[in-house]
Amino acid sequence: MARAALLVLADGRFPAGGHAHSGGAEAAVKAGRITSAASLEDFCRGRLHTAGLVAGALAAAAVLGVDPAELDAAADARTPSPALRAAARRLGRQLLRAARAGWPSPELDALAREFPKGAHQPVVLGLAARAAGLGPDDAAYCAAYESVSGPATATVRLLSLDPFDATGALARLAPELDRVADRAVEAARRAAAEGTDALPAASGPLLEVGAQWHAAWPVRLFAS
Amino acid sequence: MDGVTATGVRADARIVARADGRGGTALPVLDSDGPLALRRTRADGARAKVMLVGAMSGPLGGDRFSLTASVAEGARLHIGSAAATLALPGQTKDEARYDVRLDVADGAELHWLPEQLISARGSDLKVTTRAELAAGARLVLREEQVLGRAGEEPGRLTSRLTVRVAGRTVLDQELASGPGAPGGWDGPAVLAGHRAVGQLVVVRPEFAEHPVEARPLGECAALIPLAGPAVLVSAVAPDALRLRRLLDEAIAPFNGT
Amino acid sequence: MHLDHTHSGPAAVSADAHRPDGTRRALRIGLGGPVGSGKTATVAALCRALRDELSLAVVTNDIYTREDAEFLLREAVLPPERITAVETGACPHTAIRDDISANLEAVEDLEEAVGPLDLILVESGGDNLTATFSKGLVDAQIFVIDVAGGDDIPRKGGPGVTTADLLVVNKTDLAPYVGSDLARMAADAKAQRAELPVVFQSLRADGGVAEVARWVRERLAAWTA
Repeated sequence: MARAALLVLADGRFPAGGHAHSGGAEAAVKAGRITSAASLEDFCRGRLHTAGLVAGALAAAAVLGVDPAELDAAADARTPSPALRAAARRLGRQLLRAARAGWPSPELDALAREFPKGAHQPVVLGLAARAAGLGPDDAAYCAAYESVSGPATATVRLLSLDPFDATGALARLAPELDRVADRAVEAARRAAAEGTDALPAASGPLLEVGAQWHAAWPVRLFAS
Repeated sequence: MDGVTATGVRADARIVARADGRGGTALPVLDSDGPLALRRTRADGARAKVMLVGAMSGPLGGDRFSLTASVAEGARLHIGSAAATLALPGQTKDEARYDVRLDVADGAELHWLPEQLISARGSDLKVTTRAELAAGARLVLREEQVLGRAGEEPGRLTSRLTVRVAGRTVLDQELASGPGAPGGWDGPAVLAGHRAVGQLVVVRPEFAEHPVEARPLGECAALIPLAGPAVLVSAVAPDALRLRRLLDEAIAPFNGT
Repeated sequence: MHLDHTHSGPAAVSADAHRPDGTRRALRIGLGGPVGSGKTATVAALCRALRDELSLAVVTNDIYTREDAEFLLREAVLPPERITAVETGACPHTAIRDDISANLEAVEDLEEAVGPLDLILVESGGDNLTATFSKGLVDAQIFVIDVAGGDDIPRKGGPGVTTADLLVVNKTDLAPYVGSDLARMAADAKAQRAELPVVFQSLRADGGVAEVARWVRERLAAWTA
């Protein structure tokens, strides 16, 4: 198996539906909390250390062979917002379609049978990485990076932000991304040994509350 | 209380509530410990009431507090506190810990409604609240954190709330704030400068069949049905007063039972 | 793609011609074209023309969430359970061409919820002249332009005008008012498209959508043959 599969999986053009989601950025822009490259960076930093850490740990744990159904339940408990849970399952289902095309595997087929309406996206991401022969650290990196790249791309569209500024913000987050991926893998190893309670539960109250606010808008550009 | 150790105070308080067989609730165990002083107050019908009164100011660096409440089948218990809990810096640089463990049996009910936890400048506290409910248990749980006294920088506070119903975790949330917390905690994804943050959880068996509908309460609060027979009100606010008002309004439809 | 292959599990990974139970799935026709050219009006007219003879459903791809879907609902061209909106994150062409996963979920969910269906119309959000549907999503596509958008559009070409299975030039009734030369548009379209068909229509005229409806019936006959 090739490590370069990580590049395929992490590519922003991987056809798994991410382009229609803002990762909470649309709500934060409308609330006036993201107005510039600096506030985008701060938003991404907060999302990285909360939702990004949890997603990274879930994905890494899936690579390590923790039961996907238990991970999915753990993701539910760590995602109070029903709008975010629905979005995570939709994205999980879309990712599963792309992953099965890329790395056909009985485990992915079994996941599709067990979760016809989709499992949480980070769980699917972990199993996709596993099917591609990647390791827990690869999956954690991929999930953690997605937690910030999505909002950055969306904010470029929402605010007509200079794309070079947005890219600069992502690049400055790289050292923290390393640390979050490390923490995620460490927690995933504990979860593999002790159970899913050992997974991180870091949360951003405004991500959850903002997602519910956003879901109630009649007109919006992004699905979440 | 095991006494004052070199690093801080250790205190473990315990409450056990049991149906008294006459339609009321008895408290066979009501163990205060040092700064965690418990007082039984006048019952509210079948519901026994206990107040947590701060005999000393509460958790300093290095302190280890724990409170365990266990509500047996058919019993009804309300636990409140007389005043806010203030996390302060201690003699040592160690973090303080405060662990709350709540067990509620089938047909039992617990209201855990303490006053706010205030994270004062220089303090370092880790709080865990874990509620373990049987399938037929009922719970109303509120936790509110205030980051810093008026005009003060907050201390470091990490708070994890876990609610399990019939062995299944329905809510697991941790919030880290203050100096030394992972980056972005005060940014637009997490608190965005708000200094009060709270969660209110209501668990009722009947929510399994009659789920509550999600309701946004503006951009800073929401009523949220969880993946289980429970609802959550999550809110951030500029201060404790406005936070309490938000939570009270959101909970109003569930009061009176 | 995998025309004679069925999957054991749910959720086929490509534009499989069969449903998981092995039966032939609905024909999927995409409608694309610039903003305001009359895609939604054409979809509405097609639904009215075909709903009594076919089991059909519609997927809309809006730039802003659900606007087109809500137009179709208000017009009551189909029962609400037969209309689904896909949210496209400000990039409607991405959702029909580069990352079709959300649209595939939508068409499969429709077939599962109200199926079996004969036909699903997938309407793109209004986009530019380069936006085309992926062959992984639709079996045939209609590109809708209108005379008011400028009579030089067929001459300019672009993937939509040149390669769509059917080019519809809409709002011909407006040609005299906007100074568009229909003969020139027809000649330019012929030059760009060779034998591929072109329909000039006005939905305000009697039988406005009849020619497009006939084309759809022919495609369906070929699909089920």
